[in-house]
Amino acid sequence: MIPDQLKTALAEHIAASITPREAAVTVMKELQAHYGWLTDEAVAEAAQLLGISPLQVEELATFYEMIYRRPVGKRVVHVCDSISCWAMGGESLLGQLAARLGIPVGGTDPEGMFTLLPCCCLGNCGDAPTMMVGDNLYGRLTLETALGVLEQERESAKM
Amino acid sequence: MNDGIVVNVCMGTGGIAAGGDMVMQEFIKEFETAGVKNATVKEKCRLHKVGCRGFCARDVLVDITVDGQVSTYQYIQPEMVKRLVQEHVLGAKPITEWLVGDDYHVFHDNQTKRVLADLGKIDPESIEEYLGVDGYKAAEKTLTTMKPEEVIQVVKDSGLRGRGGGGFPTGVKWSFCAANKADQRYIICNADEGDPGAFMDRSVVEGNPHAVIEGMIIGAYAIGASVGYVYIRAEYPLAVDRLRLALKHAEERGFLGKKLFGTDFSLKIKVKLGAGAFVCGEETALIASIEGERGMPRAKPPFPANKGLWGKPTIINNVETFANIPQIMNKGAAWYASIGSEKSKGTKVIALTGKIKNTGLIEIPMGMPLKDIIFKVGGGIEGNKLFKAVQTGGPSGGCIPQQFIDLPVDYEGLASVGSMMGSGGMVVLDETDCMVNISKFFLQFTQSESCGKCVPCRIGTKRLLEILTRITEGEGKEGDIELLQQLAEDVRDSSLCGLGMSAPNPVISTIKYFRHEYEAHIKHKKCPAKVCNKLLTFFIREDMCVGCGMCAKACSVNAISGEKKQPHKINNSMCIQCGSCFDACKFSAVLKE
Ligand SMILES: Cc1cc2nc3c(=O)[nH]c(=O)nc-3n(C[C@H](O)[C@H](O)[C@H](O)COP(=O)(O)O)c2cc1C
Repeated sequence: MIPDQLKTALAEHIAASITPREAAVTVMKELQAHYGWLTDEAVAEAAQLLGISPLQVEELATFYEMIYRRPVGKRVVHVCDSISCWAMGGESLLGQLAARLGIPVGGTDPEGMFTLLPCCCLGNCGDAPTMMVGDNLYGRLTLETALGVLEQERESAKM
Repeated sequence: MNDGIVVNVCMGTGGIAAGGDMVMQEFIKEFETAGVKNATVKEKCRLHKVGCRGFCARDVLVDITVDGQVSTYQYIQPEMVKRLVQEHVLGAKPITEWLVGDDYHVFHDNQTKRVLADLGKIDPESIEEYLGVDGYKAAEKTLTTMKPEEVIQVVKDSGLRGRGGGGFPTGVKWSFCAANKADQRYIICNADEGDPGAFMDRSVVEGNPHAVIEGMIIGAYAIGASVGYVYIRAEYPLAVDRLRLALKHAEERGFLGKKLFGTDFSLKIKVKLGAGAFVCGEETALIASIEGERGMPRAKPPFPANKGLWGKPTIINNVETFANIPQIMNKGAAWYASIGSEKSKGTKVIALTGKIKNTGLIEIPMGMPLKDIIFKVGGGIEGNKLFKAVQTGGPSGGCIPQQFIDLPVDYEGLASVGSMMGSGGMVVLDETDCMVNISKFFLQFTQSESCGKCVPCRIGTKRLLEILTRITEGEGKEGDIELLQQLAEDVRDSSLCGLGMSAPNPVISTIKYFRHEYEAHIKHKKCPAKVCNKLLTFFIREDMCVGCGMCAKACSVNAISGEKKQPHKINNSMCIQCGSCFDACKFSAVLKE
């Protein structure tokens, strides 16, 4: 269940939209921010708020890569696999990070700290290879600096 | 500002990722300390965060201006700030060894900056600074002294063409929209910038958001729209923040809202965040996404200018297109059209990346020869390797080989060699890049981004990718090239939207210009650029190996053996050519042939 405050805020947002559906992605994202991922409960809640069926929410949720219908770690790590990063060793960075975290690309580590995802593109092409953890962007990475970043993020997630 | 001291710190996404935030904090700290000792410093010093000025490879860039004398420093890190403040700010002596070199000036001197002119100069979070460079003057002039038709005529006369990829004349598009009878019209700024390798729209929104907003106000007035949207990627958090702040500031000043500049014209602009789908950059998909449907394209016509958002006439333009508008209105169509080539006027912002010395964001007059971009502005190939090709237009574009190095870069020029402008990404490739692999890379992208609505794109890109994968893994067959060509043409000719129509371009152009590389993979099972691992043999150079064991650890099939501190060996009968050992070795002892 989402707190009443969030529910009211979302209802207001929907009311201010041109059609309720216009608010669908925002509502899903807010619910996701609350639960950590878009749970089945969240799908039902979104459907109710938007006045559409859960299936219609599902249909939207599965279209967008940034809506997670499975649990993700506390920090989602997006490693850029776009052309500029790829030309600068992004692919091998992604592979090595997966090996170090002991998870496949797309997986989440057993502690539930990191989910590793490829992403195309982060628009930081001048500073390739790049990754984004949460809203923080890191450029010109090597395996060492990337692992350092993950350590930092791990610490900050604990706080 | 000729007196006093101004310090500009580059705080675009690239600048921040390179430590710009920390550099800024250090300056604040050092100024505080210095200010206590020397009161005049505090009064005269202005610390200033600015957007990206394009030379991302040298971040963090810092300008220190003392009495009108600008010095630019490169690669500045927090621990260097103390000395900068002590010696340059307080002591008025520049630290020569940290200054940018001639190449920085060559990089800038060969550009023509219009859209990017104020990036790196003004603080994007301050509306006052935008007003200081004549900001919102164009909107005021347009709304208070011109009729909508006149505005459209000026934009038509300027020759401005859409910068989002299609290159459609902006003024003409606006006139189509204005010609519809409708109770409601919409204006949309496409800031979805999904092309891999492109970051010009991000930099413009981050570095000068008000210019985009002002362009939208003028466009909205011209077509009679009272509601606008900026559809921006969620992957660009800094751009989103700056855009929201700029919209808030513009509203506070009355540049947005009701009765703008004392006229009866009203405009509200909303921000819509994407959620990670490339195809949403396509205009009809973008509209569906704003409406809260799955972001899938539909057939055109009807074009959005006639039937767009919620069925109403809608104009969608790219970020850079809008950013050009205020200058056109301020300085006139003739000024705008005074540079560029015959059919492509003005400038184009280009994201120059890949194997090039000066990676970054550049702005060139349309029609500049490719070789000037690569060898003058770009400073040539990184590491003195051989130039092989330049990939333009992202996944919808193609690869342009050495023989077209004199090609003028404009819409027609690029199209004439089977590539395209796209949003303006340029990835430089050198002799160590495999063209078959590049083509596979882009197909991987388009195949995974295909929304699946139409069959040719959904299945065609998949089949193309399968064939390319086979070829790069040494399973290529006689006839594969012809099959690729046939399939590529079919997908191009029968897909629903631009994604599918252009997805085969990388394949078509690499076969056209680098057929011999395909043949080497297929007939001789060789990758001439030594990129496709499955076609290579891995071995370890005894004289370079220190026996650290990293390669053996990385090997998933235990094909590497050796005593600690002794040279290791790869058992080629077990090796699966995954390349992990190559990546893991820090001593360049693993070779592939
Ligand atoms: C698959 C696909 C992706 C696109 N992505 C973008 C984009 O990210 N940004 C953009 O401005 N235009 C993009 N476009 C082009 C838009 O459909 C549209 O033509 C453009 O926004 C019009 O603006 P302009 O006339 O100012 O160029 C894309 C087109 C296709 C087919």
